[in-house]
Formats: sequence, C-alpha cells, structure tokens
Amino acid sequence: MNKIIALAGVVIKELYRRKDFYVLFVLTALLTVAAGSVNFFHDEKIVRYVKDICLLLIWVSALVIAIVTTARQIPAEREARTIFPLLAKPVSRAQVIVGKFLGCWLATGVALVVFYFFFAIITGSHEHIWPLGMYFQALWLHWAMLAIVIALVLLGSIYFAAPSSTSTITFIVVVAILGIGSHLKVIALQQPEPMQFLLTVVYFGIPHLEWFDLRDFLVYDQTLVSWTALALATVYAAIWTGIFLFLAWLGFNRKNLTT
Amino acid sequence: MKISPLLVLAALLTLAFTLATGLASRAEGWSVRAKSDNVFGMMFGDGRKLFANHFFTMADVYFHSGYYPSVFDKNSEEQKEIISASHGKKESEEDEKNEDFLGKPRDWIDAFGRHFRITQHTHLEHNNEREILPWLRLAADLDPQKIETYTVGAFFLREHMGRTQEAEAFLREGLRNNPDSCEILFELGRLYRDGMHDTGRARNVLELGIKKFQLRSPEQQKEDKLVLDDLAINLARLEEDAGNYGQAIHWFRLAQTVSPLPESLQKQIDEVQKKLDAATPLVPRK
Repeated sequence: MNKIIALAGVVIKELYRRKDFYVLFVLTALLTVAAGSVNFFHDEKIVRYVKDICLLLIWVSALVIAIVTTARQIPAEREARTIFPLLAKPVSRAQVIVGKFLGCWLATGVALVVFYFFFAIITGSHEHIWPLGMYFQALWLHWAMLAIVIALVLLGSIYFAAPSSTSTITFIVVVAILGIGSHLKVIALQQPEPMQFLLTVVYFGIPHLEWFDLRDFLVYDQTLVSWTALALATVYAAIWTGIFLFLAWLGFNRKNLTT
Repeated sequence: MKISPLLVLAALLTLAFTLATGLASRAEGWSVRAKSDNVFGMMFGDGRKLFANHFFTMADVYFHSGYYPSVFDKNSEEQKEIISASHGKKESEEDEKNEDFLGKPRDWIDAFGRHFRITQHTHLEHNNEREILPWLRLAADLDPQKIETYTVGAFFLREHMGRTQEAEAFLREGLRNNPDSCEILFELGRLYRDGMHDTGRARNVLELGIKKFQLRSPEQQKEDKLVLDDLAINLARLEEDAGNYGQAIHWFRLAQTVSPLPESLQKQIDEVQKKLDAATPLVPRK
C-alpha cells in the first residue's frame, strides 16, 4: 500500500506543479463572476442561471483535468524511459496502475473541493442559504463519476498510441454517455433489428455516468437524494472503476514497454 | 541586388494600408452581419435564431424547475407552458397527467436513474418566476423578431413580479423591433389596463392592435384569429368598465366572428345589452 501511496503522491505533486488546474479555475471564476454581474430587468435576486453556468464550467473543467492528467501518465513514463527504473524497484505493474489511478483521482478530488467551495461561496452570497448536504452529495457523486472516467482513461492510455488520441476519444465517449446514455433504450426501440438489439446491449453494457450528475438538484434547490441510492451509486462506480482498472492491468501486463 | 528586409516590410505595410483605405467602404456592403446593431447579430448572423429558440426553451425548463422532456421523450413537441401561462391558461388535472412524460420505468437502470433526476412536475411560484427572465432577455437579444419572448417576459414581469415599468420597457423594445405585432400591442394593452389602470392608453393600444390585425393578409388573419379574439374581448371589457356599453357590444360582436366560444360571448353581449337598456332613458315614440 505504501508503494501505491508513494506513486500517487508523485502524481498529485505533478498536478499542482502544472498550470492546467489554475488556468481552468481562474477561467471558471472569471466567467461565473462575469455572468453574475449582469443585471436582468434590475432584479438582483436572479441567481439560478449563475449556478447553472458555474456548474457547467466546473463539470467541463473537472473532466478536462481528469482526462488530460490521466492520459499522459503512462505514455510520459514510457517516453521519458522512467518506467524502467520504476519497474526495476520492487513495484508490480498492478501497483503502478493503482498508484497512477489513485494519484489522479485524489488530485482531481482536491481540484473538485476547490471548485465546489467557490460555487458554494458564490451561490451562498446571493441566496443566503447553505445546503451543505446537497453540496456534499453533488461533490461526492461527481468525484465517484470521475473515478470511472480516470480508470477508463488509464485503460485507453495502455491501448491508444498517444495521450491526445486517448483524451479525445475518452472525452467524446464520456460526453456521449452523459448526453444520451439514459435515452439509448428509447432510441433502440425506434430502430429495426439488429440495430435495436445492439443498442440495447450498449445501453445495459455502458457505465451510466449520467446518474452522477446532480447539477439540476443544485440549480433548482431540490431535496436531498436518498442516501441508500447514493451508496448504491457509489458501489456501482466502484465496480466499473474496478473493471476498467483490471482491464488496464491486463493490457499493461502484456505490453512490451521497449517498443 | 540585395533588398533590405526592413524595406520589404515597409513596402508590404504601405501596400496593405493603401488597399485597406480603398476596400473599407466596399467591404461594408459585403456582409449583412456587419450592419447588425446587435453584438449577437454580428457574431452569429442568422444562426443566432437557433440559440434564441434554445434559450426560450431554457426559460420553460426553468419554469418547470428542471422537470422537462428531452428530445427523446414523448411530449417534447408540446406548446411551451410559459406561453400558455401567459395566455392565462390554468392547468387541469388532465393536463398534468399528459405532462407526465416519464411514465413507468422501462427497466432497472431507468428506475434507479430516477433517484438522480427531477421527477416531480412543479412550476415556479412565489416570485421565483424571476429565474426565467435571463433566458428570455438573451432570447430577445439573439432574435429580436421572436415575438413570444416579449409577450411572455412582460406577462411574468407584470403578473408575477409587479414590475410594470420593466414590462412596459420590454414590450416597447419588442414593438420597436416588430412594429406590426398585434400580439405585443395586446400585451401592452393588458399592461396599461390591468397593471397601470390607464384606460385611455390601453384603449389606444388595443385599437391600434386591431387596426394592425386588419392590415394582415386574409391567410394570416385566419391563422392568427385568436389574437383578434383577445384584442376585441379586452377592448370590450375595457369599454364595459368605462360604461361605454355600445362600444363594448361592438367589440364583443367582433370577437364573436373569430371566437371558438361564440355562445358564451353572446351571453356577455346580452348582459351588456341589459346594462345599456337600463342606462338609456326611455323616450316615448311620437
């Protein structure tokens, strides 16, 4: 476990040395503040559109940070040839995969906490209410979803040639699942066979990332999600993360690192 | 011969400057976008109308607090409720049932996923209707010819937030962009009558609305006949309240020609007729 934590620590240090997070945070903050400063019909109590814009920016930024950071982990080690001294130490390939995952996931978690803290300050200062339970649920599910995404990117980085292709493909897949994941069954029912069967298989076979999106609950001031459902969703995220990490480990084990 | 790079740069800059002075006046005519007085018009051209529709839909999504069908759900093509609400339509139980676009869960994924989405049909109330306004403002900026944006925005400003000044300014802006719109004139008339209690201005505006309607082509008049119905009924009520019963009957009769409920209008005409008879002193025939 110590080796995994040591590996994760290196990844976290790398994230806060790079400028991606700072740039995205400043951009999110600037755009949110600019949107919040617009006056519509001389009414200063209008706030939901600011929450909507801010949360959208947070989701985009978190996805970019998670995907870009993870996609370059293993290819960068191979390119710099630091993978060989790393594996020459008593560190297994499984530990490298888990360490890289944990580092990226924790680093993204830190970034998420900063983003949601900013969101809470902005909305709380407008609305004068602090739904901390809702903030926690939204942040937790968001982070759980990013675990799946990070594991998926790690898997992609084993098989795809370059970090850029891994990032692009994963980004498209994630956005597609978030956008139409829950509607695939309806779309499938409108298709002729064998498309209907294929789409139904895809519907049941993909990780349903859209469950983890509680933005509407925050924007429209809804009540808390049931804690049982939250726990089950967390287990679901853990299972999918495990599946992707296992596949990544299988691929990494078979990978010839010298080519 | 060796030419100095600085000389080449100076020559190119001079050439570019000379061309710019010659072309600037002609280039103005090349693009319609550049002529737009609106920053969105300049940026997106006619494509901005697509965004305007999206933002108008966003206002309806906010009105339902996020409970809204996607393009994949049934009911996605239904009329927006902010429009029907602005026409004074109250929702019946049957309407509520029809708007349950989710139905029963299709499978366990759908059932479990409903824990994480809004599944209750509610409308904004208690002054929270203000939350739809930014989207209407943006929709109006993006497509100044979209008339519903002004009428819906003004209705919510007046009826739910009591902001008659802002509602009037918004409608006036709409009227500047759409000078022939009877719908905006109707909403403006309602604002003067119900919001500002200014009968004179309300009468002028509603009568202007009827004149504008009569200038429309017969096909368009047939298509938009409900606007005439609204204009004439409001004018009739205004005249009835002012004690001009003869005028009120005249407008009710006009509304009857296009109304889907002419019988109920006949009852109102009869009532006003009674008032008129009571008010008119009986003069013995010679």
